Amino acid sequence: MIKEGNSFMKGVILGGIVCLVFTLFNNTKISGELGLRSHEHRHLKAPDKEELLKLPETKRMELSLTIRVLCLIMVTPKEIGYWASVIETWSKHCDKAVFYSPETIKVFESVSLATEDQWIQTRRAFKHAYENFKDEYNWFFLAKSSTFAIIENLKFFLLNKDPEQPFYIGHSIKSGELEYVEFSSGVVLSIEALERLYRVLDDPMKCPEKGSLLWKMSEEKELAVCLKYTGIVADNAEDNEGKELFNSKNINTLVVEAMSNHPSEVVEGCCSDVAITFHGHSPNHMHVLMYGVYRLRPYGHIFNDALIFMPPLNSDND
Amino acid sequence: MAPPLETTTMFTFQVDGLSAEREGRTVFCLQVSAENTMAIPRSVGSFINFITGIVIGVFICSYFVNKATLHIQRHMQTNYNHRNFHYYHSLVKGMMNCSSKRNQSVADELYNKVRILCWVMTAPKNLETKAKHVKATWGKRCSILLFMSSESNPDFPTIGLETKEGRNQLYWKTIKAFHYVHKRHIDEADWFLKADDDTYIVIDNLRLLLSKYNPNEPVYLGRRFKPFLKQGYMSGGAGYVLSREALTRYVAAFRDKTCNHSSHVEDLALGKCMEILGITPGDSRDNHLRETFLPLTLLSHLIKRHPDPSFWYWKFSYYKATHGPECCSDLAISFHYVSPEMMYVLEYYIYHLHVVGYKYRKSTDFSGPSKTLKQGKDMGKR
Repeated sequence: MIKEGNSFMKGVILGGIVCLVFTLFNNTKISGELGLRSHEHRHLKAPDKEELLKLPETKRMELSLTIRVLCLIMVTPKEIGYWASVIETWSKHCDKAVFYSPETIKVFESVSLATEDQWIQTRRAFKHAYENFKDEYNWFFLAKSSTFAIIENLKFFLLNKDPEQPFYIGHSIKSGELEYVEFSSGVVLSIEALERLYRVLDDPMKCPEKGSLLWKMSEEKELAVCLKYTGIVADNAEDNEGKELFNSKNINTLVVEAMSNHPSEVVEGCCSDVAITFHGHSPNHMHVLMYGVYRLRPYGHIFNDALIFMPPLNSDND
Repeated sequence: MAPPLETTTMFTFQVDGLSAEREGRTVFCLQVSAENTMAIPRSVGSFINFITGIVIGVFICSYFVNKATLHIQRHMQTNYNHRNFHYYHSLVKGMMNCSSKRNQSVADELYNKVRILCWVMTAPKNLETKAKHVKATWGKRCSILLFMSSESNPDFPTIGLETKEGRNQLYWKTIKAFHYVHKRHIDEADWFLKADDDTYIVIDNLRLLLSKYNPNEPVYLGRRFKPFLKQGYMSGGAGYVLSREALTRYVAAFRDKTCNHSSHVEDLALGKCMEILGITPGDSRDNHLRETFLPLTLLSHLIKRHPDPSFWYWKFSYYKATHGPECCSDLAISFHYVSPEMMYVLEYYIYHLHVVGYKYRKSTDFSGPSKTLKQGKDMGKR
């Protein structure tokens, strides 16, 4: 018996050693490559502005891949139509999309937050995102199911922002002393901001579940209060011409307003060329948006963009 | 009974691919017994045990290695991204003042080669509510833009065709409009487009399509409908185009009474004249066989749903049509039932809103007239 046990153990050892040797061999190869790559970085001289546009496609792809966005999308059973549309449209462009619902719903995959309270939902969603995804994503984008987002334009906007700095970005509104980001047009947190939020959420003095005031504040304001304790303030996102990138209205509404406010320059005055979000498009209109945004184009108009994004797999409407 | 594991040794290494050192080191964790003797097993039974042991040893080791590799990869990825970010960040700092710039030179080149005269069917009551928005959006991209109305209006300006208004005047207006443009502008353009004041035309895409054809040949392009005429005809609401030669023959046909005002149904009546003249309706689909002239609302085309068999569209569409993404070309040319605000929305999608860096899924082009001959047999199929 002992002899058999012996030969068994010998077998295990031999198997283990073979596997070990094999792995070591492989890994020295890989790290050797890595060593080379970092060696390359150190020897490049300081680049100038024009270089970014002259970067070869491979480098631009690499650059684009460094911005990794996790989409947190808040859905409800009452808005199943919106939820279905979001799944079929813009959320395919997130590096990952997680759907958060108040309760377990069997129709689509979602994380149940087990509460109807909006602020507690927000807390739990951010906590879940941090705990599960902090190592893989450097930006966190919270949206409603009636929001439509162009993730590529979000990434372009985030290009020159270091995720290790605290960023809390969207369409910001001032309410007395507090400046907060409106939820309907989407909220973006860097990993640093999310990390600080995660810690302060556990502090009942600064950031309690029941809310920081005697009366009920909206969840957008509660978030702003908690972040303020960690030293983070809201940033309003605008393009070079001062146009809003995060829109709380839909395109049709914005156009109708522009037709009334500045009829001689409707489109020029309406919306940003690199807009990131719109809000309030019906589920069917989100499909029209996918065509208008990602497909419809005029022949002979060419762009030389600093980033490159490939169309997502398993998709036919973009 | 297995011998006791007397000693366990943890091997720990570290990967730091970012220092330029050449030695790679790996993180994993393996418990090894201090058993030293490696005697060769004697009996078959122990031989089997030995083999089993090897297999299990390999499995155990692979499991731990796999876990470790994932951990390393993640570690490397975040460090690599971090380092990459700082390298690129220095490139990008201060560069953000450039937004994504549109370069129109190819489109502009085509503007000079393919001259299109657009005439828009309108009415006095529609000038401020509809025609105005055509002028403010796609109209300005035509080489020549004319508004045809029953009455002349020098301020807008519109050309008065001296007809009345109403559905039963539509073909009279069309005949007179084409005669007008032939008389005044036949030498100034290669192509003659008819559109309604609720049609939106993407002129750059129309130019690309027309660049594949010869304006000195009789060409008739638009959204092909099949009923009533063997060779079909082009939908009026989605807009259609005649080449210079086709227009010349059309006008001549009225002079020698080959064609006349055969009915009020403008698009069908014109199609009838084309049939008499032997001018075949062309195929305006792109290289993926997606339609470019879209006679329904965009919403109606794009939403996937079960086709309603009683819907007129299925009976009218000459080539097989679908609801959903395949309905429509990326280089669509015309949209119909476009409200005034939708004119600006389309203008925004097409000429303003840009998805930075996005590589289009399908590269789209037009094959030109030879395609029609090749696909003569499979018209109606996809």
